[in-house]
Amino acid sequence: MIHSLFLINCSGDIFLEKHWKSVVSQSVCDYFFEAQEKAIDVENVPPVISTPHHYLISIYRDKIFFVSVIQTEVPPLFVIEFLHRVADTFQDYFGECSETAIKDNVVIVYELLEEMLDNGFPLATESNILKELIKPPTILRSVVNSITGSSNVGDTLPTGQLSNIPWRRAGVKYTNNEAYFDVIEEIDAIIDKSGSTVFAEIQGVIDSCIKLSGMPDLSLSFMNPRLLDDVSFHPCIRFKRWESERVLSFIPPDGNFRLISYRVSSQNLVAIPVYVKHMISFKENSSSGRFDVTIGPKQNMGKTVEGVVMTVHMPKAVLNMNLTATQGSYTFDPVTKVLTWDVGKITPQKLPNLKGIVNLQSGAPKPEENPSLNIQFKIQQLAISGLKVNRLDMYGEKYKPFKGVKYITKAGKFQVITGREY
Amino acid sequence: MTDSKYFTTTKKGEIFELKAELNSDKKEKKKEAVKKVIASMTVGKDVSALFPDVVNCMQTDNLELKKLVYLYLMNYAKSQPDMAIMAVNTFVKDCEDPNPLIRALAVRTMGCIRVDKITEYLCEPLRKCLKDEDPYVRKTAAVCVAKLHDINAQLVEDQGFLDTLKDLISDSNPMVVANAVAALSEISESHPSSNLLDLNPQSINKLLTALNECTEWGQIFILDCLANYMPKDDREAQSICERVTPRLSHANSAVVLSAVKVLMKFMEMLSKDLDYYGTLLKKLAPPLVTLLSAEPELQYVALRNINLIVQKRPEILKHEMKVFFVKYNDPIYVKLEKLDIMIRLASQANIAQVLAELKEYATEVDVDFVRKAVRAIGRCAIKVEQSAERCVSTLLDLIQTKVNYVVQEAIVVIKDIFRKYPNKYESVIATLCENLDSLDEPEARAAMIWIVGEYAERIDNADELLESFLEGFHDESTQVQLQLLTAIVKLFLKKPTETQELVQQVLSLATQDSDNPDLRDRGYIYWRLLSTDPVAAKEVVLAEKPLISEETDLIEPTLLDELICYIGTLASVYHKPPSAFVEGSRGVVHKSLPPRTGSSESAESPEAAPSAGQAAEQPAVIPAQGDLLGDLLNLDLGPPVSGPPLAASSVQMGAVDLLGGGLDSLMGDESEGLRSDVGGSPAMGGGGGFAAPGPAVPAGVGAPLGSGLGDLFDLTGGVGTLSGSYVAPKSVWLPAMKAKGLEISGTFSRQVGSISMDLVLTNKALQVMSDFAIQFNRNR
Repeated sequence: MIHSLFLINCSGDIFLEKHWKSVVSQSVCDYFFEAQEKAIDVENVPPVISTPHHYLISIYRDKIFFVSVIQTEVPPLFVIEFLHRVADTFQDYFGECSETAIKDNVVIVYELLEEMLDNGFPLATESNILKELIKPPTILRSVVNSITGSSNVGDTLPTGQLSNIPWRRAGVKYTNNEAYFDVIEEIDAIIDKSGSTVFAEIQGVIDSCIKLSGMPDLSLSFMNPRLLDDVSFHPCIRFKRWESERVLSFIPPDGNFRLISYRVSSQNLVAIPVYVKHMISFKENSSSGRFDVTIGPKQNMGKTVEGVVMTVHMPKAVLNMNLTATQGSYTFDPVTKVLTWDVGKITPQKLPNLKGIVNLQSGAPKPEENPSLNIQFKIQQLAISGLKVNRLDMYGEKYKPFKGVKYITKAGKFQVITGREY
Repeated sequence: MTDSKYFTTTKKGEIFELKAELNSDKKEKKKEAVKKVIASMTVGKDVSALFPDVVNCMQTDNLELKKLVYLYLMNYAKSQPDMAIMAVNTFVKDCEDPNPLIRALAVRTMGCIRVDKITEYLCEPLRKCLKDEDPYVRKTAAVCVAKLHDINAQLVEDQGFLDTLKDLISDSNPMVVANAVAALSEISESHPSSNLLDLNPQSINKLLTALNECTEWGQIFILDCLANYMPKDDREAQSICERVTPRLSHANSAVVLSAVKVLMKFMEMLSKDLDYYGTLLKKLAPPLVTLLSAEPELQYVALRNINLIVQKRPEILKHEMKVFFVKYNDPIYVKLEKLDIMIRLASQANIAQVLAELKEYATEVDVDFVRKAVRAIGRCAIKVEQSAERCVSTLLDLIQTKVNYVVQEAIVVIKDIFRKYPNKYESVIATLCENLDSLDEPEARAAMIWIVGEYAERIDNADELLESFLEGFHDESTQVQLQLLTAIVKLFLKKPTETQELVQQVLSLATQDSDNPDLRDRGYIYWRLLSTDPVAAKEVVLAEKPLISEETDLIEPTLLDELICYIGTLASVYHKPPSAFVEGSRGVVHKSLPPRTGSSESAESPEAAPSAGQAAEQPAVIPAQGDLLGDLLNLDLGPPVSGPPLAASSVQMGAVDLLGGGLDSLMGDESEGLRSDVGGSPAMGGGGGFAAPGPAVPAGVGAPLGSGLGDLFDLTGGVGTLSGSYVAPKSVWLPAMKAKGLEISGTFSRQVGSISMDLVLTNKALQVMSDFAIQFNRNR
């Protein structure tokens, strides 16, 4: 099981260590540093490293490496999931998961880690249970504590700890009872040179914010549940009901949580909301090239495409770019060779266009590869897969809650490849 | 108002100041002081000197202060065992506290204090807590048994805690069940034979019930435990599968993968005719794909596992090729894994897309990735015959880019393509020859030389080309030298008239000017063959070579089956059985897939390929060069030099693989020649000699052949220098550091026809050593 945890910042300082069994010397991290040096880029450090006596499993989040030390055969996914949970908890408690936040709250961090793992076995990882055991710091509370001398450690057994619904605490009370659902869909797509879709899928989630008193039992039904064939559920959802009736039935956790995440991959269901016309060329034996890109909306059910940003990693040989944008503004960073074009909203009447001259290093050979265009966009009030919530019913409580559903579609990893045709 | 204030120091000496504060009368001040101590501890500062002062703060009603002191105790009790005893009374008292939180906290903390004396006092409170009315306390106590077992296994057995723990599997609370399972699993890991988790249909049923109700972590423990169970028939296997399937939709990826493991294992027992079998196959794909949209670290582990699953049951993911396409911002470790799986899934149906992708990857910036992409193109050519032509033209395009490492990789894979499709693509040789000068890596040079030698009759200036390599013969690596020797001999046999001088030159370079016994040996063999019986020489050197098989890096089927049982574990990440790398594995139990019980398929052997139809097509596995070497010499020294029970150290020393990967370099000198000639490895097998037997050389062949060689050299002894008398100096195989002071060094020597090994054992431990053993393992 998980033996120890080291938190390491980007400059390679170990700023926190916690051992759940015997103490493991910091020197074990040298193997990690070695791997880090080899990887050059921080993102490329391999997540599982073996050392003569231990295994190091690490994640990289918010500029911090969470390096765990294990000694016996443990499922690595279990460790990685747990580490992410630790980072989530820090985020939840301190508003951010950063070195400063952790150092500022080091005692709480230590108490949390002790509460989350016992002898390497996870003990309490649900945020509502943790919050009953160890109260999150707030300015008010620390002022009160310093006057009254009371502590931020709860002294009763959290109620959710052992019930069949560990995610919810008992005795929740709100004056305004509300339940909000955000259906958020991200389109991952690769579009080839000719504009046809090489690969497209939708990663969707339903994030919920539920502030309901007591023990509400909710049922959420969809107009078209058939869309959801690959779904991951929050543990609160009754799987049997879903299997038989395609209804999400659950007693919700209190506050913000992710209800489900799903994936829609059948090509015909993934509508691509924008198209890109592009002409990027470099002339042989000349130190310049042409660049001309137009973005336009496609089928999007009458909704506006907004927040459009295009980023392009230009080839190394590019010195600078002289472009004019009919809409929005562009920047080109000559060091990283990244071109960013902040377009904004697309109006079908006047399509945004960016064109001009690309200056190349003189004498450099004509760049081989053509850059790929990464597009970001947002469409409000639309779930591109067509998923629609039908109704939300509440049982078990008498009051009438306020309900709301919001849809939003975003670009995930959305790339247009200019150099390749299938 | 933040905790960073605890890190500030004053000149007077931190420890001194803290001491004063800890002994203060004011509760608040005490608490602040303990917090400062904890803060120092978190950054690895030694604050053990404050032990008595901190322990004094333990008796308090303030839960936060109590917790803080406990934190401190756990860290430092080991270094101050006598002082730690002072805390025992408080612990025992806390175990009786009316508040379950405090009872659990006390028993939990006590278990973490790794001091022998304390464990004696722990037994009674622990026994009570295991039977506590509150499930929270019971579940904490269950874990505590595992902790105690780690410190003093005998004590746990004597006190009968294991039986109590087994009883907890039937507890009414699912969380208690999960923790009991986790604790038992951990204990049984160190006692593989004890059969603690004696699973039967009743307990399985209880576990399955608890599975639905416990936390995500508990589900992982239970699923991993279920995976060790052997259902008695296919009906039971199916019913377990049915109850495990819902876990595939869990948000926690570790739960998903553990569930996949259980399903993959039990599926083996289901008859393929069953409707349910098909349903299950279909259900497995989506969750595996979903894992790939998670964080990159999770993706990496998932991909390593998918690699195994794809080899075992390619049908699950055969339609999901696109999700394995590399995204430009994937970390490199994800990219490389995806590439591997893309090749495994490549088929006639999707080859066009795959090739387009691979070609694109070959123009990226990361050198490792580009190299692998180029290799992948070659592997596609070998795997999907219909695409071979397209692959070759893609490779030629890449060679035109003149990017040095791309060209070299391309040449290495083209050589393999030649071996798979002889007499088909030789038209490209001219293009390859153009790039001769830019090759600077041994593997690429060797490949190019092999091509020139193999097709010498079609290359007009083959002699010139080979001669140009010969100029710097002594600076080349062994691989290139050997290849050059063979290529020139081939050339001579094909065009004897013009190349007599050349062959003499290379033979004398190899036999007289070289220090490398391999090279000399091979040189002599050729020399003798050529001088005694040129016809035989022709038959041997220009023998028809076996085609190389489709995939060269498939995991060997029995190993694959074992690894399938370890899905989701470290073993699955390293693609090695745990026995190969888990430290101190005290007799690891080998897991194997259950045999299929369906009567219709009783004829099929349990380890057979995924489906009867495919069994025939299952490509033969060519062992990697390293493995082959082991086979040849029948020497794999992996002695479990069982730890000399010195002093009180209870740490067992694991099997130290003495020669492991090092064997290569160790034996490299003597075996290089054997390897490439006998091996039939795809890279070098064409080297000629010994009428190359098929790729799978039976292990036994190596040894007699070796001695045969010896005989041969006894004959040649009179002719040239006597190579048999050379003995390499002894080198250290097992450093004293690794084996508690036992150092083993040795060497191999060849004495009149047999290879012998000289060992020297040295005791560097400054103590008497006894009861150690060295085991010599035959390698398969």
